[in-house]
Amino acid sequence: MTALDEIKIGGLGSSRKRVEDDRFIRGRGNYTDDITLPGMLHMEILRSPLAHARIKSIDTSKAWQIPGVRLVLTGEMAAQRNLAWMPTLSYDTQAVLATDKVRFQGQEIACVVADDPYIAKDGCEAIDVEYEPLPPIVNPAQALAPDAPLIRDDKEGQTDNVCYQWEVGDKEGTDRAFAQADVVSRLKLHYPRSHPSPIENCGSIANFDPATQKLTVYMTTQAPHIIRAAVALVAELPEHMIRIISPDIGGGFGNKVPVYPGYVCSILCSILLGKPVKWIEDKSGNLISTGFARDMYFDGELALRKDGRILAARFHADTDQGAFFSDAQPSKFKIGLVHSAFACYDIPVGHITARGAYTNKAPGGVAYRCSFRVTEAMYFQERMIAAAAADLGLDPAEFRRVNLVRDEQFPYRTPFGFLTDSGQYHKCLQIGLDAIGYDQFLKDKEDAAKRGRRLGIGISTMTEPLGAGNSREYDILGIKMFDSAELRVHPTGKAILRTGAKTQGQGHETTWAQIVAHELGIPAADVLVEEGDTDTAPFGMGTYASRSTPVAGAAVAMVSRKIRAKARKLAAHLLEVSEEDVEWELGRFYVRSAPNRGVTIQECAMAAYGNMPDGMEPGLENNAYYDPPNLTWPFACYIATVEVDPETGVWDVLRFVAVDDCGVRINPMIVEGQIMGGLTEAYAMSNMQFITFDEEGNCVGSNYMDYLLPTAWETPGFELHEVVTPCPHHPIGAKGVGECAAVGGPAAFVNAVLDALSDTGVRNIDMPLLPDRVWEAINTRADISGAPPVRTD
Amino acid sequence: MDKLVDKRRVTVTVNGEERVVEVEPRVLLAHLLRQGLGLTGTHIGCDTTNCGACTVLVDGSPTKSCTMLAVQTDGHEVRTVEGMAQASELHPLQEGFKEEHGLQCGFCTPGMMMSAMALLERNPDPTEEDIRWALSGNLCRCTGYQNIVKAVLWAAKKMQPAVTA
Repeated sequence: MTALDEIKIGGLGSSRKRVEDDRFIRGRGNYTDDITLPGMLHMEILRSPLAHARIKSIDTSKAWQIPGVRLVLTGEMAAQRNLAWMPTLSYDTQAVLATDKVRFQGQEIACVVADDPYIAKDGCEAIDVEYEPLPPIVNPAQALAPDAPLIRDDKEGQTDNVCYQWEVGDKEGTDRAFAQADVVSRLKLHYPRSHPSPIENCGSIANFDPATQKLTVYMTTQAPHIIRAAVALVAELPEHMIRIISPDIGGGFGNKVPVYPGYVCSILCSILLGKPVKWIEDKSGNLISTGFARDMYFDGELALRKDGRILAARFHADTDQGAFFSDAQPSKFKIGLVHSAFACYDIPVGHITARGAYTNKAPGGVAYRCSFRVTEAMYFQERMIAAAAADLGLDPAEFRRVNLVRDEQFPYRTPFGFLTDSGQYHKCLQIGLDAIGYDQFLKDKEDAAKRGRRLGIGISTMTEPLGAGNSREYDILGIKMFDSAELRVHPTGKAILRTGAKTQGQGHETTWAQIVAHELGIPAADVLVEEGDTDTAPFGMGTYASRSTPVAGAAVAMVSRKIRAKARKLAAHLLEVSEEDVEWELGRFYVRSAPNRGVTIQECAMAAYGNMPDGMEPGLENNAYYDPPNLTWPFACYIATVEVDPETGVWDVLRFVAVDDCGVRINPMIVEGQIMGGLTEAYAMSNMQFITFDEEGNCVGSNYMDYLLPTAWETPGFELHEVVTPCPHHPIGAKGVGECAAVGGPAAFVNAVLDALSDTGVRNIDMPLLPDRVWEAINTRADISGAPPVRTD
Repeated sequence: MDKLVDKRRVTVTVNGEERVVEVEPRVLLAHLLRQGLGLTGTHIGCDTTNCGACTVLVDGSPTKSCTMLAVQTDGHEVRTVEGMAQASELHPLQEGFKEEHGLQCGFCTPGMMMSAMALLERNPDPTEEDIRWALSGNLCRCTGYQNIVKAVLWAAKKMQPAVTA
């Protein structure tokens, strides 16, 4: 009897083809907008055209007269149910429908429910709103000025536009280190506002059944259980009478974590009408009102010794949070994980201050393909590292070699309190440099410069904290950030697995089954994976922040081990030996002294239902709640080479090398797909993708004609390499990976373009590096700021 | 207002089957397909003809069905993702997308495959550059396109006549 071949049964390390694809390639996916319920009505939202204005009156009488209109809901009516405002996931409040004033362009004012979506739109157009315009505030500098108009006059005790102020680190120690520095390197930059912009917009179908008093909501959410808890709290409905179903999701990237007014309105309308109410947002609604990301201003310094050692790091970050602080901000995350900056470098001491400002922009600060604010932190880090190397006259690769944490230093405590536990940073860097042909490129660059061509190379190396999180530190609404899995093995050895995570393209239906296959030897094809229905899935915190594999994936391994422990008892019974004499190999228990005598996991499953020993409970089902002891710390080295056209400012990517160490890879094909997708978003951020506002607070970028996203034509090819340093505390050694490339990638592109401009003395061009910005930098030899314009009258 | 709700009779061939439907003149083809005919494989992503999630073939040409009125298809032929597979046999593009991991969330996939189908019907042996250009009206936020290009190349290869010199 030979052991099963793990790859053949679709276990760990198998690039198993995705099972979810079978429905998607046939057009048989089941997204929220694909669902139709009997008697379903349609809801549309009326949005504010102004960024900051007092509402003088709302006249809905004409809308009520349109045949087919069933309900026109205003904030005043919502207020009667105590629902004009709602709490956000970050302990702020947000208007569901505006009553007093509007605080950003696109804010929800009223909604219309009608027999079809066209009539509902007619209804919105028939509503008359009278506004008294107020001065708009479009960036933190303006918001924090002493005489700035108060945006959140709804909040008791709020006297300015400060949303929060935090600090972390050792100020005195850092000041001492700076006093001893040979060189102090300084950099100021802005990480522009962006939108995750999945192709599918947000939407919900609320169905309140007056007969059963049960509320069922189909919706585009990455975290159905959190939504259920939030709905129970906000709408004051009993939690067991709420069922949230998150069907197929057309991309999330953090955009589908928050609770949006549209969801709440559809629920309220369904309760008022006793009928199913569908709300499907259009693209402009999605872009102007939901989960923005980034928009952070950095000003920081590194204290440096002549030999290249970094002695200390300090910086301040001002964040534009928009009108409501609505990111998924766990209460104990001091600083949105910005303090993970510089975690891969051996820096003894540091100090960070951060401040959030309310502005007249859509509620911002969602974690767009990242863990809270790590993208901004890593971008600043890697731009700062490049600037410091230049200030010291050191090669940026050598500067990194000097300062990267060495393998023997793990576990390593960062100056801001994180414990990084594993990695081979120098090895990853070297693989990247070898792959790109670093030394040869530097020669080519020099030769090209003689002919007037501008080539550049940019490196980005980083580790980031993925997989929130350990419950000592992380929670949402007071609920700790564990995750869960429930496994039911049927009598014939087939199984169903449910978790508290929710796939949005990451392929959980494929990969979770691979973990079960690895732990139990049940072929992956025999394991059905289901997620997203709060009536059936165990309680979990959902999928974002690259937490699925680190947390829910770990729970899958742990529940499989519980099943195996019971199966071992069944095997001992079947083999008529004591449990201590039973050995395990993949898919089979055998007698230690007689390896040919064995029983398969499937035979144990049948025995669990038909031939269990006396006193044993029947069945082979269990669940596991996994509370990770630490975050996982993947490492990445990204290297881009570019050529900049000095005549136009256009830059092309020549090559891009990625070396990712995300620990053990469950499905290498899917991991590589995640990395390529993330790198494309990184390229987009560096090259074209941003949403800005004019001085009136008008969103420039409210549709796909103005908000540029890369197509197949622009997107470069990526060369992928891997290093595997297993995570020491994860049951299968895996680390998060989904966001690494989007987090670490942008700095590689920007560093490369700035390297191509190294003779000009330009230290910074804010993203995106649009041709006009690059051209202007070359011709003026000055830094280019991307901060939005401010009205001066 | 009354004029808007006057319905028009439209005769359109969808995936080889003639359908006679009554629609308001303002109804988009995408909505007719999704709501009127229950063909929800055609998705709607944007309002500005940029994302391509709603791409279908009208008389063989890739067309963004969010930008065409349903009444404009009177007397024409429309193909959607639901018409790709013949009986239980997948179209090579469908196989290629699965084989090469050309999709993640799956939302752009039907439109992407319809654009690719139009390409392969006029150019059975495309280069990578041909494919990237042909798909440049279809946005994907998950994959980074590299595997989508591979998927189309996979399908093109499978669809080549078996005979070679």
